[in-house]
Amino acid sequence: MLKLERRPAPSPVMRIASPLFAAVAMLLTGIVIFTVLGKNPEQAFYVFFIKPLQTMYGVGELLLKATPLLLCALGLALGFRSNVWNIGAEGQLTMGAIAGGGVALWLGDSSAAWGLPLMLVAGALGGMAWAAVPAYLRNRFNTSEILVTLMLVYIAQLLLSYLVHGPWRDPQGFNFPQSKTFSDAHLIPILIEGTRTNWGFILGLLLALASWLFSSKTYAGYRMQVAGLAPAAAAYAGFSNKRNVWIALLISGASAGVAGLCEVAGPIGQLQAQISPGYGFAAIIVAWIGRLHPVGIVLGSLLMSLLYLGGESAQMQMALPSAITGLFQGLLLFYLLAADLFISFRLKNVSVARQSAAVAIIKEAA
Amino acid sequence: MDLLPASSDLPPRLVLTGISKRYPSVVANDGVSLSVRPGEIHALLGENGAGKSTLMKIVYGVTKPDEGTILWEGRYQTIASPAQARRMGIGMVFQHFSLFETLTVAENIALALDVQMAKPLLAARIVEVSEKYGLPIDPQRLIHSMSVGERQRVEIVRCLLQQPKLLIMDEPTSVLTPQAVQTLFATLRQLAAEGCSILYISHKLDEIRALCDSATVLRGGRVSGSAIPRNETNDSLARMMIGGELAECRLEPQAAGETRLSLDKLSLATIDPFGTTLKAISLAVKSGEILGVAGVSGNGQKELLAALSGESLSSHGPMIELMGQPAGQLNPAQRRQLGLTFVPEERLGRGAVPAMSLAQNALLTGARHGMVSKGVMRQAAIRQFATDVISRFGVKCGDEQSAASSLSGGNLQKFIVGRETMLNPKMMIVAQPTWGVDVGAAQLIRQALIDLRKQGVALLVISEELDELFTISDRICVLADGRLSPAVRLADTSIEQIGNWMSGNFDALPSADADAVADSSGGDPGHHPTSIKQESHLAQA
Amino acid sequence: MNPASPILPIITSTVVAATPLIYAALGETVVEKAGVLNLGIEGMMLVGAVAGFAAALATGSATVGFAAAAAAGVAMSLIFAFLTLSMQANQVATGLALTLFGIGLSAFVGHSLAGTPIQGLQGVEIPLLSQLPLLGKLLFHYDIMVYLSLVLLLAVYWFLSKSHTGLKMRAVGESPTVAHAIGHPVILIRYLAVMFGGATAGVAGAYLSIVQTPMWVEGMTAGKGWIALALVVFGTWKPLRVVCGAYLFGGVTVLQLYAQGFGLGVPSELLSMLPYAATVVVLVIICRDPKTILLNQPVSLGRSFHPDA
Repeated sequence: MLKLERRPAPSPVMRIASPLFAAVAMLLTGIVIFTVLGKNPEQAFYVFFIKPLQTMYGVGELLLKATPLLLCALGLALGFRSNVWNIGAEGQLTMGAIAGGGVALWLGDSSAAWGLPLMLVAGALGGMAWAAVPAYLRNRFNTSEILVTLMLVYIAQLLLSYLVHGPWRDPQGFNFPQSKTFSDAHLIPILIEGTRTNWGFILGLLLALASWLFSSKTYAGYRMQVAGLAPAAAAYAGFSNKRNVWIALLISGASAGVAGLCEVAGPIGQLQAQISPGYGFAAIIVAWIGRLHPVGIVLGSLLMSLLYLGGESAQMQMALPSAITGLFQGLLLFYLLAADLFISFRLKNVSVARQSAAVAIIKEAA
Repeated sequence: MDLLPASSDLPPRLVLTGISKRYPSVVANDGVSLSVRPGEIHALLGENGAGKSTLMKIVYGVTKPDEGTILWEGRYQTIASPAQARRMGIGMVFQHFSLFETLTVAENIALALDVQMAKPLLAARIVEVSEKYGLPIDPQRLIHSMSVGERQRVEIVRCLLQQPKLLIMDEPTSVLTPQAVQTLFATLRQLAAEGCSILYISHKLDEIRALCDSATVLRGGRVSGSAIPRNETNDSLARMMIGGELAECRLEPQAAGETRLSLDKLSLATIDPFGTTLKAISLAVKSGEILGVAGVSGNGQKELLAALSGESLSSHGPMIELMGQPAGQLNPAQRRQLGLTFVPEERLGRGAVPAMSLAQNALLTGARHGMVSKGVMRQAAIRQFATDVISRFGVKCGDEQSAASSLSGGNLQKFIVGRETMLNPKMMIVAQPTWGVDVGAAQLIRQALIDLRKQGVALLVISEELDELFTISDRICVLADGRLSPAVRLADTSIEQIGNWMSGNFDALPSADADAVADSSGGDPGHHPTSIKQESHLAQA
Repeated sequence: MNPASPILPIITSTVVAATPLIYAALGETVVEKAGVLNLGIEGMMLVGAVAGFAAALATGSATVGFAAAAAAGVAMSLIFAFLTLSMQANQVATGLALTLFGIGLSAFVGHSLAGTPIQGLQGVEIPLLSQLPLLGKLLFHYDIMVYLSLVLLLAVYWFLSKSHTGLKMRAVGESPTVAHAIGHPVILIRYLAVMFGGATAGVAGAYLSIVQTPMWVEGMTAGKGWIALALVVFGTWKPLRVVCGAYLFGGVTVLQLYAQGFGLGVPSELLSMLPYAATVVVLVIICRDPKTILLNQPVSLGRSFHPDA
């Protein structure tokens, strides 16, 4: 008979293995789903996971879509590690896009060298400011940042909608809710010829490196880790919880803001009502599947990016709704949460032999 | 109920044979056997970690043994759950109460009974039974408004309502004043006279010798002896319990130096609606002395410790002075900079981070001592410090990379005490220094505190164990219901006086002068501390 | 009353707007009283909405629709319950996963249903009462689900404060370890609570797609699931207060819609922000005093429980 037993210490092997198990389980479930839908599972698998990567352009798309996921998830992971639950990266992303895009619109056709850096800073500040609200409210009024950051997502999206329908709408845009396109000087330079991948991806990698240095080398990173693992110990040690909350939210807000800026100053090239297919939320999954570690997050963002590409590819080639991406993303996270059980627990075979021995003693004595 | 014939004539009610229980990191019980007759008060004696609680969990159906048999009233039984145990007639009063603070006495008892009773009927039964056994309680009171001693009454009445044949008491007197202990003993003797068997778990030798008919002694999970306590001395029982004599710590008299910590009428309201407000607390601790603070937990210890460590800040600076400087607004890190160290009572989760290694835990309070430079951690210095602590204090572990959660309670406590000691404190505050710690580690820890005193460190020790405080303190005071008694020299007081003070029967001195001896007259007679149980201690391996 | 006055329609619209919030928030109140934090309400509502709509469309019966929605909500909540109660997963992460999954699943399943209208649920006709001049329209003309929501309020109130099972559940919510030590089936009780929350969330979602706007639109809950969570906090876990909060929020939502039509000069998007901003304000008001939370929030909320071997 199998029984769940707590391990004396968390298993490091399972920490790395469980995302792999989860990914495999998701793939297998995907095959089942395809079969149920009446599609040839082999073909569906190919269309979803292999075809998008077969051209250089496709790989470029992979890196392109991974960029906002990577940027957001790195910031979010910092917060999750210290028990600060920023669920509203999508809203901070939007505000970063608004702030940076607003600067681009203001600069118009000027081609000063500091244009693009200014946009980047504006994007970071926009996301940071939006994340400062839940940080302030949590520190001052004890409100849960989960609900506040979420409400701010809706507000940010409505603000963007207002701007592109109203004051920032392109007069030459045929009444579409979008702003003027940004001039070429205000678009992020392309990284790989022939693709849409831009230098935002490099920014993401640099941020991953900085994040790793911060967590493993600095005292501040250590303090945040303690706050997440044992809040009472952090208080005992005198680590200021308020400061941790500020650091976590401001950094994740800034990185989400930069992600938003990279989208509108990258593949989109302007401000419009829909600038993100839920990157801010998908980044939460990326952070978890990456085990809140920069290396894992880089890999996780590539996987999640592939799911987006696969969804689009399946929509075009197999007439499946693109919402299938969201389905896979949810499944991936479910399997990860289930597999994580085995980090802290293990299955033990309660010996049947021992049970029958006890019965024998009883029978004998009777 | 008529008194039953002398208990030695009756067949045993409960017989355990060869009970064994293993956990991943420890063998809790190894071939334990004992037997209890009706009307017998049987002690289960042993030090912390000897396996007493595990054995009782097995008898009460909370866990199942890996090997061994249970004979109940002559028939073999597997006790699958507490509900079944209760149906069989086994009642248990837990060491850490099974009570719901936001509910009333009646609601708590209703939850524990298996039969649903109409509310007025239940209330009447509660009053009837509680008064019969000398433990009156009001069914409509909310648990969180009751003192720890009163809550224990609820636990006991809850068991009595089910007319138990066997009552298990797990370390019942750690939360009672000496006077309340006598009331409890009277109740237990009354029950035994009616034929109820009692299993009394404790490590307090005086109590066992006063109360119990027979005793089984556990050591390291095995039965190391049985005895009739009345025929034994403390030393002979101790020998069975720990395999040697109780070592004595001795304090050498020494003159105290300058005041390191002083509280001047510190009052602190608590935001926790279930907490205790501190009222005008005054004390002073000088270098080279140990001030012991006695008191049952729930009388403001948690709040006082938080105020001293800096985890709760007081609004006016001068109420707390550390090394002569106002410290009320300083946070824990700043107080450490002044030379304060602190050993909290919760090891895992507060004194140490369970998932982190010992080296990483060394950094928790040791940042200033060369382990951090310009914001970057110095791993070599951290590892060295941790290794030093481990070797100097005999911490049994894999190495400095072992996770804190993998250490036993005693070893982790040694590590934490060692870490704080090696930070060269000027003032050290220790809460429950040897709770849940095996006897060898407890010895070492007490000696470490005494050594610090010799080096001129000022120490404040808060403990529930009066024996311990009487061993290591220069002066002793009592915390009751948020008020602090005057501090008296050990030679000028007695356990009875301290016990009396624990009920609140003292006049706090108006000044911060803590050397004067106070009269113990005055105060409200029969005043009970209205105080709250603290959070459960985390389980030990 | 002046027939052109908007007051009557505002009140009746408020009631209709509040009803899905009532179902979802009452369900989550029960769940949280048992100590479980289920952030997946938004996902469960969406799945309930699409399932209810599909069933109502297929069978022409709103009753079947609501039943299907409840069943779908229960199924979704079982995923959450299994992961958090049996597999010890983190409740916050699992709830978020449930929402993301629900958004994706409902969009996927509802893909072919978008834009197809059904006949919504009509208001009830009570023989004498509905014909009353003012009160008739004000009180007795709603669809049956509105009245059932009030019955649900009474049932939840009675369950939590008067019943023995409700007492057990509150005990579990305060301390699952103690409840387990006493011998109560903590995991089972939590499963049942979570499933109840799933059923009500499903019904809440179906109310949107079957009654309020009888149509399926992707993501049609637009954050109502999150507002329901805030309502539980706003009501300090007391059913009556939660329902009052739901009516307040319904009112805010309806008022800003009307204000958009009035041509106040305020852009409609900014007005649409009101319910979300109001949620933030309400949370601040309730959480300001730490004592409020300490006194009312179930002590074990959000923490996993594992019965030791």
